[in-house]
Amino acid sequence: MPEPAILIDVNDLSAFYGESHVLHGVSLTIRAGEVVTLLGRNGAGKTTTLKSIMGIVRQRQGSIKINGLETVGLPSNRIARLGVAFCPEERGIFSSLSVEENLLLPPIIQPGGLGLDDLFTLFPNIRERLSTRQGTRLSGGEQQMLAIARVLRTGARILMLDEPTEGLAPVIVEQIGEAILALKARGFTIVLVEQNFHFASGLADRNYVMEDGVIVEMVAREEVREKAGLLQEYLGV
Amino acid sequence: MTTIFDMPIAILGLQILIGLQNGAFYALLSLGLAVIFGMMNVINFAHGAQYMLGAFLAYILLSWLGLGYWWALLLVPLLVGIFGLAVERLFLRHLYHLDHLYGLLLTFGLVLIVEGVMVDMFGASGLPYSKPDLLQGAERIPLSWVTGNERDIMMMPVYRLWVIAASIVVCLIVWFAIEKTRLGSYLRAATENPTLVRAFGINVPIMVMLTYGFGVALAGFAGVLAAGLQAVTPHMGSSLIIVVFAVVVIGGMGSIMGSILTGFVLGLIEAVVKIAYPEATNIVIFVIMICVLLVRPAGLFGREA
Ligand SMILES: Nc1ncnc2c1ncn2[C@@H]1O[C@H](COP(=O)(O)OP(=O)(O)O)[C@@H](O)[C@H]1O
Ligand SMILES: [Mg+2]
Repeated sequence: MPEPAILIDVNDLSAFYGESHVLHGVSLTIRAGEVVTLLGRNGAGKTTTLKSIMGIVRQRQGSIKINGLETVGLPSNRIARLGVAFCPEERGIFSSLSVEENLLLPPIIQPGGLGLDDLFTLFPNIRERLSTRQGTRLSGGEQQMLAIARVLRTGARILMLDEPTEGLAPVIVEQIGEAILALKARGFTIVLVEQNFHFASGLADRNYVMEDGVIVEMVAREEVREKAGLLQEYLGV
Repeated sequence: MTTIFDMPIAILGLQILIGLQNGAFYALLSLGLAVIFGMMNVINFAHGAQYMLGAFLAYILLSWLGLGYWWALLLVPLLVGIFGLAVERLFLRHLYHLDHLYGLLLTFGLVLIVEGVMVDMFGASGLPYSKPDLLQGAERIPLSWVTGNERDIMMMPVYRLWVIAASIVVCLIVWFAIEKTRLGSYLRAATENPTLVRAFGINVPIMVMLTYGFGVALAGFAGVLAAGLQAVTPHMGSSLIIVVFAVVVIGGMGSIMGSILTGFVLGLIEAVVKIAYPEATNIVIFVIMICVLLVRPAGLFGREA
């Protein structure tokens, strides 16, 4: 079987916040249909990596190819139009928008997005809360589901989720895990940043481990067991 | 005739009407300021100058091109809006990452330039503008249904009524567009978190530019309305805008409907003060501003930062 196409190809990426140099030569590849995690301690550079790919962090050097197109010079609105969607760590639910407006906010960028019925099957809680006047009135778990649901409508095929389970109750974590598997089954490509290694490794095809702004290890699903000791060392779990 | 505060009720009614009409301007102008500040973090000090520009453009359209009031209502907001787009593109967008103060200074500089040019071209004394026949004159309104006295009759100037009505309609359209439409949801979202809205694929910088143009167009529209009420002078904006800033401070930046209501209510309060204690008319809004700042620094409808 030929390997699926490379959708994201990051090569020797450096990223900066003003004077401070945060990513020091990150290289990674994401293939179509994969679930890939970025693991690492707090401050390792995981969020910065996602934001650099998304174009939210603008000060970048190196190469980020999405579907073969070099995007290092592009602003985030152009990168989004290539079919990449981002769920931020802080979820980014808008308080001046109702739940329904939050859900419908991201514009459709290409055909093939999920319809509302599919979204409600995936996240039944959202349907009940649709008329809530302020998106931020939802519980943390509901906000996370809403943050994921709203980018599934747009036709984006690459999802980048930054710590979607952070601070959530175990039942909700489980529900989000199931949703991620369901999305993988629908052919979405998913980049998942996680602190919860147990959760992440159960879903992932491959895991990248970051430390101090570089990728220090790549662990495929088959190797997770044999490299468990190494992973524990890196992640401090 | 029936009197209240030793004043014939007809005169009282007129004062209230004038108060509402002043409120109509406060509402239109503070609405534009609030939309611009929310989206761009820019305190648009040039708002008064852009309002003045609106009045002058109405005058110019009429005296140079023979285009009357209704054309002015349509064209002037577009022209002033385009002027706003140019200001945003050329200057303001280089200041967004800096402190509010820089936008304020830039737009203040713009006021000096625009007013200076207008004084140079048209003089400072003021130009007359003739409003359309339809809006001339006054309506006889019987007040006997309030007072029971057949002799209580009020003359309502049609143009003032028109200003109030036009302002209410435009304010409500803007409110609807921002609070109830899809475009408005982009605007509200980008006010909260422009970075994320942009990462959804929306061209936020263009949206910011259009928002500024739109806010400025509202000032231009108010300027056309004002041209029918008073002499068109280069300094007509400066005196008004100081009060409008106080209105914005009182209302707070957080809410569109808040800006509209605050504008009308303060116009009304001013009128009541003018009737009850005329000496305080010019300061009442500033006194209210100080009181509101002491109790709610973010304004009546504002959100605490
Ligand atoms: N806006 C910022 N300005 C300056 N430094 C930042 C900013 N955001 C993150 N950093 C720094 O960049 C490094 C990587 O942060 P981040 O990518 O958020 O890590 P992670 O998501 O792995 O916890 C950290 O040292 C952090 O302090
Ligand atoms: Mg992070």
